Amino acid sequence: MEQPEILRSGDCALVAEFGKEIDEHTNALVHALDRAVRDKGIFGVRECVPTFRSLTVLFDPMLISGDRLEKKLLRLCKTLSAEAQTQKTVVEVPVLYNGEDLQDVADYAKLSVEEVVRLHAGRDYRIYMLGFLPGFVYLGGMDERIFCPRLTTPRTRIHAGAVGIGGEQTGIYPLPSPGGWRLIGTTPVRPYDAARTPPVLFSAGEYIRFVPIDEPAFDEIQKQVDAGVYVCRRTEGSV
Amino acid sequence: MSVCVLSPGALTTVQDGGRNGYGYLGFNASGVMDERAYRIANALVGNFTDEAVLEMAMLGGRFEFTAPCLFAVTGADMGATLSGEEIRMYQTIFADEGDVLAFSAAKTGFYTYIAFAGGIDVEPVLGSRSTNLKCGIGGFQGRKLQKGDVLTLREPALPPERLPRVRVPAESYAGDAAEVRVVLGPQNDYFTKAGLQTFLSAPYRVTANTDRMGCKLDGAKIEYKDGVDIISDGIVFGSIQVPPAGTPMVMLADRQTTGGYAKIATVVSADLPKLVQRRPGDTVYFHAVSAHQAEKLYKKEQRALDRLLLRYGKDLVR
Repeated sequence: MEQPEILRSGDCALVAEFGKEIDEHTNALVHALDRAVRDKGIFGVRECVPTFRSLTVLFDPMLISGDRLEKKLLRLCKTLSAEAQTQKTVVEVPVLYNGEDLQDVADYAKLSVEEVVRLHAGRDYRIYMLGFLPGFVYLGGMDERIFCPRLTTPRTRIHAGAVGIGGEQTGIYPLPSPGGWRLIGTTPVRPYDAARTPPVLFSAGEYIRFVPIDEPAFDEIQKQVDAGVYVCRRTEGSV
Repeated sequence: MSVCVLSPGALTTVQDGGRNGYGYLGFNASGVMDERAYRIANALVGNFTDEAVLEMAMLGGRFEFTAPCLFAVTGADMGATLSGEEIRMYQTIFADEGDVLAFSAAKTGFYTYIAFAGGIDVEPVLGSRSTNLKCGIGGFQGRKLQKGDVLTLREPALPPERLPRVRVPAESYAGDAAEVRVVLGPQNDYFTKAGLQTFLSAPYRVTANTDRMGCKLDGAKIEYKDGVDIISDGIVFGSIQVPPAGTPMVMLADRQTTGGYAKIATVVSADLPKLVQRRPGDTVYFHAVSAHQAEKLYKKEQRALDRLLLRYGKDLVR
């Protein structure tokens, strides 16, 4: 496995950086190291935060020095297998495509609304990482025909469950927040719910597939979500 | 045993050491801004674990005790009084039923902590009692305190009359400038030599936009090479981001877990308290130390806090 560059982030954190690009291979290395550190349980490690291309490892200097941890991480990297991911888990996320900006996105792309929906729902998106807000997924792999610039003036409040496009990215707002993405639809499922176990629906490394639904289906799923009985369909497939 | 909120102050929240361990799901840690003041406050009232305390920002509140209680006040000096009498900070204090603990505006510093023997009894969410204002979870109903709220306290290890009274030297946040030590990186290579020199020598003024999320600074622009956009990666307490405008922003307790601006440096843990206690208009100077030095400073700080707890523990056993 490729050796990461180990950077310092103050006295309580190291960053294992595997590259400077967003690609599946680099990201797979990040998650492989994350899993290895968790499984191994390095004494003194408090928490790991995996991102696109690096793993931030928080540690307690009373229990382990940064130098020692660096050596351990590099040693651990050598033992990891670099085999490519062949299987993937796909989580199906139902979406009612009725967003306020759907027509604008279609106009910008010079496509019909139906075509935008078909392209958006027509592929699986890798979850590279979660961050920014609880349950906010950073997805990769959107069709470039539906890239669309962010709003020049962000909205002050976007509802939870809103599905949007911001530049080359697409994603779901997990809780009400300000935001500048173009809204193309809404999912009745909750990416984040503090009262649920687990509180966050998705894991990094999984894939998301958006499934278009109509209004009656939306209402029905929402009822099931409110009752706490709705479960997103998960399928295994090859990459 | 409980405490009634007669007036809440500007931004008073229930906080503890933070909701740690869930960064991989995107949960921001929250937790206290000034960990040193927080840990000393807990130690003074015999709370050995990370019990939840009240954090008040800039302007304190008024609170009435419904039963005898031991408490301690640390952090910024907000002119604390107990039923009209001035009280000392950094000391264990006994309050009787009906006593009113009152604060005014901070004279020096910004954040004040009140620890109650036993700690504040709110339901932990994902292992922490900290208030996460953005998500509306944890603490007291996921929000800042309001007039009329009643905080229930947990049972202390010993009844108040048997707990020892302790005093430790008070922290001072006086003065309007502070030197803050940093470890360069992880993205210091995004900046020019001149830019790094600017960062490590120019005075930076704390702006009024500063809050629990970040300390936004104003001052000389830091020159960067090609740009400061990076592929979003992890942010820690004390990460110093430089957005395109070129002035630094130190990420604090309510920081998001990840960010897309280059991080020129990270504040050493031991200097975070003096940074977060700066007020708008104050000046901050950054000074670089090695990661080794920073780890040494961290250990020194932890040992001092541990010694304080041990000293108190001896009194408690006696």
